[in-house]
Amino acid sequence: MTLNGWFQIALFCAVIVALARPLGGYMTRVYTGERTFLSPVLAPVERGLYRVAGIHGGQEQSWLAYALALLTFHVLGFLALYGLLRFQAVLPFNPDGQSAVAPDLAFDTSASFVTNTNWQSYGGETTMSYLTQMLGLTHQNFLSAATGIAVAVALVRGFSRASAKTVGSFWVDLTRTTLYVLLPLCTVYTLFLVSQGIPQTLGGAVEATTLEGATQTLAVGPVASQVAIKMLGTNGGGFFNANAAHPFENPTALSNFVQMVSIFAIGAAMTNVFGRMVGDERQGWAILAAMGVLFLAGTAVVYWAESAGSPVLDGLGLTGGNMEGKEVRFGIVASALFAAVTTAASCGAVNAMHDSFTALGGMIPMINMQLGEIIVGGVGAGLYGILVFVIVTIFVAGLMVGRTPEYLGKKIEGREVKMAMLAILCLPLMMLGFTALATVVAAGLAGPANAGPHGFSEILYAFTSAAANNGSAFGGLTANTSFYNTTLGLGMLFGRFFVIVPALAIAGSLAAKKTVPASAGTFPTHGGLFVGLLVGVILIVGGLTFFPALALGPIVEHLAGGLGQTFAAGG
Amino acid sequence: MSNPLRPALVLLIALAALTGLAYPLAMTGIAGAVFPAQAAGSLIERDGKVVGSSLIGQSFTRERYFQGRPSATSAVDPADATKTVPSPYNAANSSGSNLGPTSAALAERVKADLASRRAENPGEPVPVDLVTTSGSGLDPDVSPEAALFQVPRVAKARNLSEDRVRALVEGQTRGRLLGILGEPRVNVLALNLALDEAGSQ
Repeated sequence: MTLNGWFQIALFCAVIVALARPLGGYMTRVYTGERTFLSPVLAPVERGLYRVAGIHGGQEQSWLAYALALLTFHVLGFLALYGLLRFQAVLPFNPDGQSAVAPDLAFDTSASFVTNTNWQSYGGETTMSYLTQMLGLTHQNFLSAATGIAVAVALVRGFSRASAKTVGSFWVDLTRTTLYVLLPLCTVYTLFLVSQGIPQTLGGAVEATTLEGATQTLAVGPVASQVAIKMLGTNGGGFFNANAAHPFENPTALSNFVQMVSIFAIGAAMTNVFGRMVGDERQGWAILAAMGVLFLAGTAVVYWAESAGSPVLDGLGLTGGNMEGKEVRFGIVASALFAAVTTAASCGAVNAMHDSFTALGGMIPMINMQLGEIIVGGVGAGLYGILVFVIVTIFVAGLMVGRTPEYLGKKIEGREVKMAMLAILCLPLMMLGFTALATVVAAGLAGPANAGPHGFSEILYAFTSAAANNGSAFGGLTANTSFYNTTLGLGMLFGRFFVIVPALAIAGSLAAKKTVPASAGTFPTHGGLFVGLLVGVILIVGGLTFFPALALGPIVEHLAGGLGQTFAAGG
Repeated sequence: MSNPLRPALVLLIALAALTGLAYPLAMTGIAGAVFPAQAAGSLIERDGKVVGSSLIGQSFTRERYFQGRPSATSAVDPADATKTVPSPYNAANSSGSNLGPTSAALAERVKADLASRRAENPGEPVPVDLVTTSGSGLDPDVSPEAALFQVPRVAKARNLSEDRVRALVEGQTRGRLLGILGEPRVNVLALNLALDEAGSQ
């Protein structure tokens, strides 16, 4: 660990905090329907879309209608993407002649991209046509991100309204997010990325003759436009197999820094949107503070573990930390920070191979996801995820003092707590249930590339990543099989919609309640005590649920590695 | 409750056209006009032929060239399409090794690479990046230490003085951005092009 390393981490955090308020202010105007500086251009487009779609802009929906609209939209989006994948061979924009995607991989990929997971059982440059990358994948990158934000905004309206029957309109939230937030940011961002060296071309792969006379085929494509939304929308699905480690997806130290910032930017700003919409920005800062505590703790462990290196390789006389699977231009600190950011935020892009991280360095990304992707989290998903935990925290606090719990003037009662627990319990069921299944059936055991505890970690990481809608991987796992494509696809769908629907139910139930004025007995939720309690609840719930599984994977691997033990695959 | 089918269908198609076609195609047009070299892949030409991309590493095996890091990329086996064979710096199939910290295969590979590097330049500590694969398998850079480590071999193979070669390495060394971001590095392809240039004078 170096002073420069810590400075890079501190600089990153400072930029995120500095961006939260201005971006949050802009987004709040978007979701409260106020005019923004882009309205003169975009408002006519928006009105035109509503007219064709038969939506009356002002017409709001109950939580159930909101949820039904969302689900209908996703069923259609899923089918469209599935069809595109199956027929890409005969469609245009396919200069490298990619063939049709197999049914199980098409199912997995469709589930992956509509749920904002962007798990990839395939290598992009060897599988997907340019049309699929743009019309299928880039498109879903936008929509799944907009959906996450829409759900979060609906939940915030639940807190900010009183005695209301509606939580907003899904169509309006989806459209406004895409038009006013994501597209303008991505347009500027794409040009920056191209300036750094990310290709943006419809030409096919380039043949080069190397200095030694060999032929090198350079895969290119419309990369930058996809990378922009992949990061801003915390999607994470790479254009290329190596994702943000590929020099064409992340060419420079600056592109790397900006990519990390763009992963967190909208998620952090959402806490400010929350604060503004409930009329007390401190409430948003308290939530961002709880996220920050968990983030910094995790980042410090990854940085320390990767700097310390692997005892097995150090035993051979290697010094300088763990560089296996890392790029020289990023080095250890920018790789460790990226790993913490991408898994805290449900992004899943990687600039280094997590599979080759040290045992503890690879455990933190898993924990970040297992806690429910609430450390900043996916765009929108992080906010509704942590608000679910807030409800449980407030409930626990209420039990301690024997008072009906309140949050922001809303009484938290049985229905909210039940829905919150449903959302919280869905993730471990998917993560641990499918992991258990994969470790007892032959088709599951055929997956890992590494032997011993690391092989188990590869399986656990995969289902953790899928259910948390992250999409990063311990890439050694051979996941493009009908067993993994099916189980991972199901994990992603359940992990997404069995959190979204309860979150919307909470929104509806809260919006209908009256607001109770704060009294002397009200627990203040903008101070250090609340932040501490929230962090405690998150860690206790996550720790109790996942410690046994982690003990079988990364923890035992750490201990074995410390003794110099190695595991041979196929032995 | 109104039927959600019509708005769902209309918005799906309209937003697909906007975000899935108009946006990437417009960006392709603008990027190609504003940053044509970068948009095409930062290609390097020598004597009118494309010799590679300044961002993508390539495989160097000869003594007279600086070598990049080991690469874990593979290619389809020409003899059997169901298998893959190692194909370092295959820029059509990026990949890391994905070997974990307690992998016996990783330990053996590093041990073998360490032995051959130590034989090349005895007494010098082997920089870690010279015996570890990168995340993409296409890392264009090595650390300045890893370049300097290879100076004696390259100088001998080219009949140049070590000072001359070392000066070339120093000329190609790039520091952190603003002294803060990233890590110091040397682009191997750029260094080898400079080396060829120096040799031909």
